[in-house]
Amino acid sequence: MDVYAEQILDHYRHPRGKSRLAQPSISHEEVNHSCGDALTVDLLIQERAIEVVGWDGTGCAISQAGMSMLCEELTGKTIDEVNTLGEQNIRTMLGVSIGQRRSKCALLCLHTLKNAIRKFQSLPPQSWMETAGRLCPPQPDGEKRIESGSDHELRPIRQYNSSTP
Amino acid sequence: MALNVAAIRREFPILRRTINGHPLICLDNAATALKPEAVVQSMDRFYRESNGNPHRSMHVLAEEATIAYEEARRTVQRFIGAAAPEEIIFTKNCTEAINLVARSLGSTLKTGDEVLLTLLEHHSNIVAWQALAAERGIVIRWIDIDDRGHLRLDQLREYLRGGRVKLVGVTGQSNVLGVRPPLAEMIHLARAAGALVLVDAAQSIAHMPTDVRALDIDFLAFSGHKLYGPTGIGVLYGKRALLERMPPFLGGGQMIHEVTTDGFSSADIPHKFEAGTMPVAEAVGLRSAIDWLSQYPWDEIIAHERSLIDHTYRTLTSIDGLRIIGSDDPSDIHGCLSFTIDGVHPHDLTDILGKRGICLRAGHHCTQPLHRRLGLTATTRLSIGIYNMTEEIDAAAGAIEQVLAVLLSH
Repeated sequence: MDVYAEQILDHYRHPRGKSRLAQPSISHEEVNHSCGDALTVDLLIQERAIEVVGWDGTGCAISQAGMSMLCEELTGKTIDEVNTLGEQNIRTMLGVSIGQRRSKCALLCLHTLKNAIRKFQSLPPQSWMETAGRLCPPQPDGEKRIESGSDHELRPIRQYNSSTP
Repeated sequence: MALNVAAIRREFPILRRTINGHPLICLDNAATALKPEAVVQSMDRFYRESNGNPHRSMHVLAEEATIAYEEARRTVQRFIGAAAPEEIIFTKNCTEAINLVARSLGSTLKTGDEVLLTLLEHHSNIVAWQALAAERGIVIRWIDIDDRGHLRLDQLREYLRGGRVKLVGVTGQSNVLGVRPPLAEMIHLARAAGALVLVDAAQSIAHMPTDVRALDIDFLAFSGHKLYGPTGIGVLYGKRALLERMPPFLGGGQMIHEVTTDGFSSADIPHKFEAGTMPVAEAVGLRSAIDWLSQYPWDEIIAHERSLIDHTYRTLTSIDGLRIIGSDDPSDIHGCLSFTIDGVHPHDLTDILGKRGICLRAGHHCTQPLHRRLGLTATTRLSIGIYNMTEEIDAAAGAIEQVLAVLLSH
């Protein structure tokens, strides 16, 4: 099905829940540097459940519609329920076929949400590979193993510093 | 005389292709140009008939491959006006050519030495120097642009006055704005300050004549595939005296004079910089591309591409909410231009256009520092080649307006 199906365009033109919260329990922003898509999620969390969701963002129709659709499903969800969300849930939610070139656009909402929750729990952020479902389950020794042949685009880059303009 | 564009188009088999029933309209030539039949056939013939490893064996196939490979080198030499074929080093692409200079010449630089880059540079002419800076403590200084995308030559002068600049790296033509830095003036200034100049000619090479001696260029790099040639082959031109005193880049076969258990001595240029079996068929294809392009006079190519850019500028600026980045004078713009449209992300635009057979590029075009300077995260780029027609520009503009209607309707 075409990526620009009516439900995607509808959420893009009329995003749901797109406003920041005045006093969120946690706020988190993620950016796709390769294309400039950016999302910020605000969560009001009470007794390990999401009470209110707010968000803001800029970017392509897929990334913004994805956040709008996800936002509609989050109210009342517990942290444990959010933790079980995976990339397949997002693909099902969008209801269109997302090719490899647009995967990061589609999954930015999940990545932002997951890391908002991780931040709330004082945990380190998860990597793009984890969001994209490209990591094997935790090994017995607690180490995470990276699947061979993984997409290098999802690997963190080492920062080189030089004088800025 | 004007170019016979219809006849040129018949030489590109891919232009007979359709996408979802639409004719292919390739306006992404700055990413990679289409290949004429002559290039495809020359590589096919090389593999079918010659297929030797140059400079290795004594048999007929190796002899033919050696002649073909070295003839490719001489073709490049003549094409860019180099003094000798030894000054032409074949590489994988333009990026590798620049990395060769950064690694080899760079190993002679010392802490506190400066390299000047411009904000117009592609990542290929940035990252290799940043890696060197991190390792060797050299300092990178940036030459800014003004609002129209022209380089701030006052900054170049100021940095050169500091007396620590060893090299100036500058693009011959921006892959985003289409502007061309004033190379002659910049080289003159750098020369007076004792600095070398490396020109990234990846974008300019197919759109203007290049004469490394007339401009007194020290290093020039480009890729074959943006010149209607194959991928997998690039060129580094370097002045003989510079190349001769630079240490080797990669080590391996062919680049040595002698190897003992104690060490090695380097071969003479150009082989010193060509380790291992080189992309021979690609060199043959590049020669074929240069021969093919050279049948058309530069003034006819330039006139045709000028009319395409002027037409594109006029047509796109008439679209509501569309803003062309950089110069407001189309005569400043060569080969490509980039734009934004209010409320539309370039990835959405180009994704939908692509399904209609219209190929444009979206994103930062490997120029994140330039995009950050312009306050943009992504733009859409339209880039032309010798085979494009004003009708294709019109079709693209019409499709853009249709896409806007879909994405922005309420």
